[in-house]
Amino acid sequence: MEATLRPKTVLRTYPHWFYIPAGIVFAIFFVVPTVLAFYFSLTRWTLFDATFIGLDNYERFFNDPQLTAGLRNTFIYAVLTSGLKVVIALPLAMLLTSSIRLKGLFRGIIFFPVLVSTVAVGITFGALMQPSIGLINTALGVFGIPRIDWLGDPDLALFSVALVDVWKGVGIAMVIFIAGILSIPLDYFDAARLEGETWIKFRYVILPLSRNATFTVILLSFISGLRTFDLIWTMTRGGPGFASDVLTSVIYKQYQAGFYGLSAAGNVVLFVLVTILVYPLMRFFQRVEIEL
Amino acid sequence: MIRKVLFLLLLSLLVVSAATAQDAVTLTYLVDDSQNSQDMAKALVEAFTAQNPNITINIESRPGGTDGDNIVKTRLATGDMTDIFFYNSGSLLQALNPAQTIVDISGEPFIANIVESFLPTVSKDGAIFGVPTGTAMGGGILYNTKIYEQLGLSIPTTWDEFVANNAAIQEAGIPPVLATFGDTWTSQLFVLADYYNVEQAVPGFADAYTGNQAKYASTPAALAGFQYLQQGFELGWWQQDFATTRFEQGLSLLANAEVAHYPMLTFALSTIATNFPDQANDIGFFAQPGASADANGATIWMPAGTYIAQTTSHVEEAKAFLAFIASVEGVDTITAKVPPNGPYLIKGSSLPDTVLPAVQQLAGYIDSGNSYPALEFVSPIKGPNLEQLCVAVGTGQMDAATAAGNYDLDVERQAQQLGIPGW
Repeated sequence: MEATLRPKTVLRTYPHWFYIPAGIVFAIFFVVPTVLAFYFSLTRWTLFDATFIGLDNYERFFNDPQLTAGLRNTFIYAVLTSGLKVVIALPLAMLLTSSIRLKGLFRGIIFFPVLVSTVAVGITFGALMQPSIGLINTALGVFGIPRIDWLGDPDLALFSVALVDVWKGVGIAMVIFIAGILSIPLDYFDAARLEGETWIKFRYVILPLSRNATFTVILLSFISGLRTFDLIWTMTRGGPGFASDVLTSVIYKQYQAGFYGLSAAGNVVLFVLVTILVYPLMRFFQRVEIEL
Repeated sequence: MIRKVLFLLLLSLLVVSAATAQDAVTLTYLVDDSQNSQDMAKALVEAFTAQNPNITINIESRPGGTDGDNIVKTRLATGDMTDIFFYNSGSLLQALNPAQTIVDISGEPFIANIVESFLPTVSKDGAIFGVPTGTAMGGGILYNTKIYEQLGLSIPTTWDEFVANNAAIQEAGIPPVLATFGDTWTSQLFVLADYYNVEQAVPGFADAYTGNQAKYASTPAALAGFQYLQQGFELGWWQQDFATTRFEQGLSLLANAEVAHYPMLTFALSTIATNFPDQANDIGFFAQPGASADANGATIWMPAGTYIAQTTSHVEEAKAFLAFIASVEGVDTITAKVPPNGPYLIKGSSLPDTVLPAVQQLAGYIDSGNSYPALEFVSPIKGPNLEQLCVAVGTGQMDAATAAGNYDLDVERQAQQLGIPGW
């Protein structure tokens, strides 16, 4: 009798009602609005009254001429920013875990942009990227590089914003990599040192053994790339025209226009899209981890 | 004993202050952050509160354009609106669901002071919601008269003459047309200010458009506005950095003769007069030219209105303020602080002799009967994406026909959202 009870008491150290506070917060701020959004996406909604119109909003949303461009931009933005963050943050993390001087200071400097409000970053870079008198073009001009219309050129605007996103987010990726590298047992580094070359250390120790960190960085920045809004909105508002519109800015503009039902439908689509793209990615990473 | 006296004194002080506090009323007035609107609101509030010392009015500012529309809509819908607010008349007001959110003032005596042509733009189903605040404006082309004198150009009355003028200006090394796509709302003027010409070519377009009978894409006269934008981009009319230049930066270019034309509302004039007092007299106005010189006239914007939110607990005080705005005295208060941008719509009011030359030119069109209200004042529907579509055409990303087709879709969505019959 006692033997069968025992494992139970071990498994349940805390009673169930410890979940309740978090559960209430989760229900009020996540579950209820999500369910309501699903309902309102099926209506023509003025915030005063909602007329049920079935799937019309979805039909309209997918027929929106700007949607295709918005989807393409969202995907480019997410892939570009998450890719660049890995490529830049990993070498930085390697450098700043090696024995160099002032590494605390450099870590601080690279992490600093993460702490600054995105809106402030957007407004500041908007001014820096001003084509005629902005600091960036003035600095490039010293080296004889012709003026670049960072945010005004429709072919360039999205990439300019993505670069700023990388500048702002690379700090957090670096910190994750640093944690990953520091958790690698020193024995591996000792073994690699016998081989001598830094390349060996990178290719056969750090890269495979910080794979978890890499997956975390890719996953986090991919999701935030898909859902990005504040930086795009403060820098270009999706413009010029629709050139840097992403899914979220298309949705926000519909909300701004007062098409509340349509914008709710857009949010449901975004929710489904993020799930469809991220879930298989997560499963894949988990499988690789288990194999490791 | 002394303590008792002190206590009574304190008590009486409290009672007195509570009694005066009951009489003192504080209202909040939400106004967009453009200099013109802010100066006007400040002038009105100062003069009104000087006469009514028991009323205090705080001015709260909000952004303009679609951001501002969003704030006003959301605050009204969530019952969080200020007591009184300043907002466009016409189709933008219709989108606020005024019957459920704004106090009906049709029974007030001061309505009789308002010029009748304004009332339909702030009415729905017999209810009247606002009083005209500020002047009517002309939509057309502001131009730098110095450049015109220098190059010996004359005011164009057809679009072809306008194109020829621009070619001459371009040859002189000056960018002929100012584009300020950094503030997207400014991109719409070639389309919106062309409405006089649309009405001349297709009389009754507004009703057909409201009734889902006429479309931008399939009406050549209406499509023309989009084609002008496309032409402007293709001929390289815009100045450098046009995609990111902001409205106020643009005004400085125009005032300093660094560009020749600016498709804009005369609303910009008072900002020029404040920021560049020496150059304000160099700015002229002409109606956006169309296909024919015989039918040349200006498109007119009605003044914005001041409205009372239904959620206010001080309706009487708010109405007193609206009555002041809709009086000749209120008009004179504005004129003393802000140079007029066009005629007022309050009966018995007059413009001073010193109005800016561009305003005199606008008045010339109105007095000779060559003016017509913009589409947003004769139809309740305005698609919210017009500004982005215009930027897309003006930056060469989209052709005129595609943009007009997309705008028709946008209009359809807005009409359905407003519940207009026939859509």
